[in-house]
Amino acid sequence: MSGSSAMASEAGPLATAADPASLTSASSVSEQRRTVEVDSHTINFGPQHPAAHGVLRLILELKGEVVERADPHIGLLHRGTEKLAEYKTYLQAMPYMDRLDYVSPMCMEHSYVLAVERLLRIEDQIPERARVIRTMFAELTRLLNHLLNITTYALDCGAITPALWGFEQREHLLEFYEAAGGSHYHVNYFRAGGVSRDIPTSLEDRIGNWCKQFPKFVDDLEGLLTENRIFKQRTVDIGVMSAEQAMAWGFSGPCLRASGVPWDLRKSQPYEIYADLDFDIPVGRHGDCYDRYLVRIQEMRQSLRMIEQCLARLKPGPVKIQDNKITPPKRGEMKRSMESLIHHFKLYTEGYHVPEGATYMVTEAPKGEFGFYLVANGTNRPYRCKIRAPGYTHLQAMEVLSKGHMLADAVAIIGSLDIVFGEIDR
Amino acid sequence: MADTTESAAPALAGRLQALGEAVRQALPHGTIESIAVERGQELVLHVRREGLVETMLLLRDGADFAFEQLMDLCGVDWPEQPERFEVVYNLLSLSLNQRVRVIARTDAATPVPTVSAIWPNATWYEREAWDMYGIVFAGQTDLRRLLTDYGFEGHPLRKDFPLTGYVEVRYDEERKQVVYEPVTLTQDFRNFDFLSPWEAMTTLPGDEKVHLNRIEGPKPQGTNP
Repeated sequence: MSGSSAMASEAGPLATAADPASLTSASSVSEQRRTVEVDSHTINFGPQHPAAHGVLRLILELKGEVVERADPHIGLLHRGTEKLAEYKTYLQAMPYMDRLDYVSPMCMEHSYVLAVERLLRIEDQIPERARVIRTMFAELTRLLNHLLNITTYALDCGAITPALWGFEQREHLLEFYEAAGGSHYHVNYFRAGGVSRDIPTSLEDRIGNWCKQFPKFVDDLEGLLTENRIFKQRTVDIGVMSAEQAMAWGFSGPCLRASGVPWDLRKSQPYEIYADLDFDIPVGRHGDCYDRYLVRIQEMRQSLRMIEQCLARLKPGPVKIQDNKITPPKRGEMKRSMESLIHHFKLYTEGYHVPEGATYMVTEAPKGEFGFYLVANGTNRPYRCKIRAPGYTHLQAMEVLSKGHMLADAVAIIGSLDIVFGEIDR
Repeated sequence: MADTTESAAPALAGRLQALGEAVRQALPHGTIESIAVERGQELVLHVRREGLVETMLLLRDGADFAFEQLMDLCGVDWPEQPERFEVVYNLLSLSLNQRVRVIARTDAATPVPTVSAIWPNATWYEREAWDMYGIVFAGQTDLRRLLTDYGFEGHPLRKDFPLTGYVEVRYDEERKQVVYEPVTLTQDFRNFDFLSPWEAMTTLPGDEKVHLNRIEGPKPQGTNP
C-alpha cells in the first residue's frame, strides 16, 4: 500500500474505483488508475467488535483513514419476533418484547401493552396506580438505558471509570426490576390492563432512597466526562446532523433533540400520566456526538424528577383492570370460585380475543419513538405485529454521519446513536 | 393520546376526517380510494399505488399536512385477497403534531413506487419489505435483502411461509464450515386451534344429525330419536 501511494496521488483523488468510466477504459490504461483502486480499501468492521455494540457488520470503504462509504449489514441477531408474535396469543407474545431492546426491557413492553389496550378499547379504564407504576418504571428504564449508553460510550472513547460506576447504579435499578417483576432483566411485568402484580410495600422507600443519592452520581459522571478534554476531542463536531437532515432520516428521541428539534412524545402526544407530570425536554444545538451525550445526561436528571413525582402520586388501589376476561382473577378467588377458575383457565390457554382493527401506537422509549403497528383480526393472536425500532433508522444514517470522518470517529458515532441490535434486528 | 377525554374524542375524529378530505381534494380524482378514522383516533388513507408518490409529496410538502417524517413502512400479507399485500406507511408531522397512515395495495409481481427520494430512510424499510414479503419497489436501486441470511431464499413473513422455516444451520466439525440442512424437529410444531368449540364448531364430530335436524326446523321437545 505504502509503495503505491506516490502513484495514487498522481492520479488525483477523483479517479476512484467507483467511477465506472475509469474501469471500462481498461485497455489504454493505466497503472495509475489501478493503483488508486488499491488505495481506497475496504474493511470489515465487526460483526464481533467491542465497539460495534452488538453484532453490527459495517463495511467501511476508507481512503487512507477517512471513511468514504459505510454500509451497515444488519440482521445477525434477527430472531423473527414479528413472525413469532403471529403464532402466539397476545399474552404469550409479551416476553419477546423484553428481548427487543434488551437494555430497556420495560419500555418495549410499554408500547406493546398500550397498543393492545387501544385495540381492546380499554385504554381509559386502566387504574391510576397501574398507570403510575408503569410510568415510574418506564422512567427507571430510561435511566437504565442511558446509564448503559453513556458509560459504554465513554468506554469507546477511552474512559473506563464511568462504566465501572454506572454499572453499579444499574445494578440497583435492576434490583427494583426484580422486586417488582421477579426477574432481574427480562421481567415481563406490564400487562394489557395494568401490571402483572403490585410492587412490594418496601419498594417505594427503596426507590425513594436511591433517588436521593443519584444526582450526586450524575454530577460525578459529568465531572468525569462533560469537560473532559479527551472526551470532547472525540465527540465535539463529530457526526453532525442538522435538524432538517435528522427529520428527513426519521430520527427520534435524544438523537433528534440533539439536533435542536424540541420533540418529545411524552409532551406532544402524552400517554399514561405524562400529561400530569412536570418535566422539561432538554434540546441540543449542534447535532453532534457531544450534544447527544449532553441530552442524555439531562434526560437522566429529568427522569429522576418524574420518578419522584410518581412516588408521590402512588396511592393504594388496584393495579389492573377488574375485567377477568382480560386480566386473571386473584389466586385466592380461584380457590373458591368456579367462575374465577374458568376465567383463569381460559385466559392462559385461549387468551383474550382482540376486536378487528389496526393501530400504530408509539411511546417515547429511551432511544426514540418505539412503535407497534398491530393488526388484529378478531382472534386471540395478532395478525401482524410490526415493530418500529428507533435504532433502525438511526443506524441507517450511518453513512451520512460518518462520511469524511476518521475511522476512529465511526466508533464514536455508533456509540452516540445508542445502537442495540435486539430492537434493530428484531 | 391514551387519555383522550370523552369530550375531546369526537373533535379529534372530526379534525382527522377533515384532514383526510383535504388530502382527497388536493389530489386528482380517484387517487385516494377511501378515508377512515379508526376508533376516532387514527387517520387512514387508502391510496392507489399509481398515485402514491404524488400523494406522499403532497403530504410532505403541503402546508396543511407537513408530514416531515416517515416513521414506519411495512408490509401486511392477506393471501386470500386478489392483491395480497398492503404496504403501510406511518407518517408523522412534527410541526403540526399529527399522524397519518397511508396504505397502498399490491401483489407479488407488481411493483410499488419507491418513496426513498422523498424520505431517505425509506430505503431500509423498503429493503425489509422486499426481504420479508417480496414486495418490489420500482425505482429503489438498493433492493438487497436486509435482515435474513446471505443467500436466503423465500420471504419469511408471508403467511404461507412456515414459522420453522425450511433450513437450519449448524457448524460441521468435519467439514470445518457452517452447513445448511433441512429443518428436523424433535417435536412437531404444535399450532393449537384456540378457538373455543362454542364459537368455532357448530357441528360436533359424530353429531351431524343434530345439525340436519336444525336445518329442517325445530323439532318439538322430547322427540329426540
